[in-house]
Amino acid sequence: MANDKPAPAASSKRWAKVSPRELIRQRYFPDVTLVTHQGKRVRLYEDLIMDRCVVINFMYARCEGICSPITSNLTKVQSILQDRVGRDIFMYSFTLKPHEDSPAALAEYVKERKIGPGWTFLTGAPADLELVRRRLGFTDPDPARDADRSNHTGMVRYGNEARALWAAFPGGSKAEAIAKEILWVVPT
Amino acid sequence: MLIPRHREKKSLANARKNRLEIIKAQLSRREMMKAGLLGAGGYLVLKNGLSQWASGYAWASGGGGDGGTPITPSPPTRAFIEALPIMPIRQPVAALSGPAPTIAPNTAGGEGRTRPHQAFGSYPTKFTFPAALKFETHQREAFVSMSPDLPPQPIWGFDGQWPGPTHYARYGQDLLIRNFNDLPADNRGFGMNSVTTHLHNAHTPSESDGFPCDFFARGKFYDHHYPNALAGFGSTHGPSGDINEALGTLWYHDHRVDFTAQNVYKGLAGFYCLFNNLDTGNETTGFRLPGVPDSAGFFAPIKYDVPLMLADRVFDPSTGALFFDLFNFDGILGDKFLVNGKIQPFFEVEPRRYRFRILNSGPSRFYQLFLTDQGSNTQIPFYQIGTDGNLLPRPIQVNNSIVAVAQRMEVIIDFRNFAGKTLYFENRLEQIDGRGPTGNTLPAGAGNFIMQFRVKSTGAADNSVDPATNPQFYALPNKTTAARASRRFRFERGNGQWQINGRLMDGDCSAPRFQVQQNSVEYWTLENKSDGWMHPVHIHFEEHQIMSQNLPLLTTDVSRKDVMRLQHRATAQLFFRFRDFIGRYPFHCHNVVHEDHAMMLRWDIVPAPGGDTNSQP
Repeated sequence: MANDKPAPAASSKRWAKVSPRELIRQRYFPDVTLVTHQGKRVRLYEDLIMDRCVVINFMYARCEGICSPITSNLTKVQSILQDRVGRDIFMYSFTLKPHEDSPAALAEYVKERKIGPGWTFLTGAPADLELVRRRLGFTDPDPARDADRSNHTGMVRYGNEARALWAAFPGGSKAEAIAKEILWVVPT
Repeated sequence: MLIPRHREKKSLANARKNRLEIIKAQLSRREMMKAGLLGAGGYLVLKNGLSQWASGYAWASGGGGDGGTPITPSPPTRAFIEALPIMPIRQPVAALSGPAPTIAPNTAGGEGRTRPHQAFGSYPTKFTFPAALKFETHQREAFVSMSPDLPPQPIWGFDGQWPGPTHYARYGQDLLIRNFNDLPADNRGFGMNSVTTHLHNAHTPSESDGFPCDFFARGKFYDHHYPNALAGFGSTHGPSGDINEALGTLWYHDHRVDFTAQNVYKGLAGFYCLFNNLDTGNETTGFRLPGVPDSAGFFAPIKYDVPLMLADRVFDPSTGALFFDLFNFDGILGDKFLVNGKIQPFFEVEPRRYRFRILNSGPSRFYQLFLTDQGSNTQIPFYQIGTDGNLLPRPIQVNNSIVAVAQRMEVIIDFRNFAGKTLYFENRLEQIDGRGPTGNTLPAGAGNFIMQFRVKSTGAADNSVDPATNPQFYALPNKTTAARASRRFRFERGNGQWQINGRLMDGDCSAPRFQVQQNSVEYWTLENKSDGWMHPVHIHFEEHQIMSQNLPLLTTDVSRKDVMRLQHRATAQLFFRFRDFIGRYPFHCHNVVHEDHAMMLRWDIVPAPGGDTNSQP
């Protein structure tokens, strides 16, 4: 394979030897501990993202806007992907309103919507969730829009951490199409 | 090395203040060198934020205050110390590697194509299989130098080059090109190694167009058939096509759905230049545009006819490696400006006329290019002769030209009166984030000096046409024919998701939103409701002419185009004729970050009597 060859050494300056994967971790995945809807404390990178194919969005339980249709659309995606979710693919929904969304409130949301295993809802310290939101780019360049939680983005990220494959889809697009997109990054 | 955004803003503001002071003081290069402000090689010494000179805003979108996405300035690099590279010309091959080409996809033989070549069956008297001219290309990883101040960069390139080899083709000579995906399993941080190669602006059958969902896996190949035939050859202007639809400056680039920005950023792009008996590549014949063929023949770079691929990039400050902002929805700006793969190169020119084919290869920046004599900050007028892939009816004298992502502009610059001088291409369009330019034009000397011209004192004879004599090129095709269908497309953003007429795109491209009848005329109205976002909208397969716009048009907008620069609150009506071929095509925003986030739709061309007339699909 072509990539087995090491990169040629830099000529003049001593550049840091950091793998692209490690750079991505440093840049985008802050070392924070969050809490799942089952009340378990988890570290963002080590426990949720590292070595995994993941699907990531932001929502809040009492959202009356696009969260509900997107959650139900992603539920369809989950049923299309069947038991690969939880085994090859892990779905994560981070709350935008950690003050409201306690682990118990998120557990209730999961129960109400009959969401199966392999899809974890996450809350935690507001500052930590805000940091994660910003690092993962779930922001709007217009500060007023960005501050308006009811107008938050419906985009959903998907990726394969080990292979540095990252992309996104609109959460409202067709579930069958979304399932295909996710499988593009999952090793067969 | 990571500077929070508020600090970065301050440093940018300082840099600009310093820069403006220098401009105001009218310091010459020599005086700046003496004052210790300018190092050898022409980059400003890193002091008090002055490093922002000759560089742009760092990638800026998506971040907030403390704890936001950090803003990273690239490592310092010296400007104008390396010569502009001229890409080699892709050479034909006697026979293709691997199995003999087939009209039907050779799936068993390892081909990724899924549909047969349509031209040989539909137009058997015009195209004989297999085409006599054959080429092949291998998409692969390579390490290249973009600056002596940076380590070698891993790229993905056609034949391991970025820009890829320039492809010269002639009208009337169709060709097959076998496209091998030899990309590695490890992407070294970004990029998707299944690919589809789009020939941007060409009148190409759907199965060879590089449709976003026609991507093929590593280890496979894909045969493209490029007819190099004028639009109308099989319909309105048989059998040769409409000469006024002739194209000149095209480009090929990856179009993998959801991953186009990463793959093009990584290097999968090159020029494709089409010639005919008017645009000959020889300044003594036809339109006599600047150009002297090489004695080695057609497949060698034409002297004085120079493709320039503009690109802005970011490099990681610790590793020095090319960096792509993976988690950005808005658009990506680089703080380093590259031309033909080198950061701020210089180009030694003779005191005569040159033809430059300028391409903005993205990802998200728009340019407004001025030719600046930096000593006096004077703006030197030049002649624009083309927009996108096409020659204008006549040259138009301009003192600047705007190029949105994926657009091309062709210019003639006459260096005759500048022997011994140093000139620059300066981008003065202010753009502070990926949404689009602010609309402000920076003061002369305050922009990004992207490339330097060193004019020699002597040069070869110039037999090219003087654009000041107002020569006629192609006429604009008739655009008064009544439309079979008129459609309206509203571009909006709702909850961070791109919508066209309120609908989202499905990433598997599985169904067309509307169907155009083959060989029919349509009027499309594109509408941008936003005053914060701009969109260079690219429609595959057919060029358009702007019929009307609610904003003033540039003099050069009276032309054929394949990218509509949809400005804030713009509504434009476009004229199309969809001739000769059938199949699926996309149209999309060519800010490739927007494109990858589903600002796209699929439409199909179907034979008569098919095709709908849905006015708001």
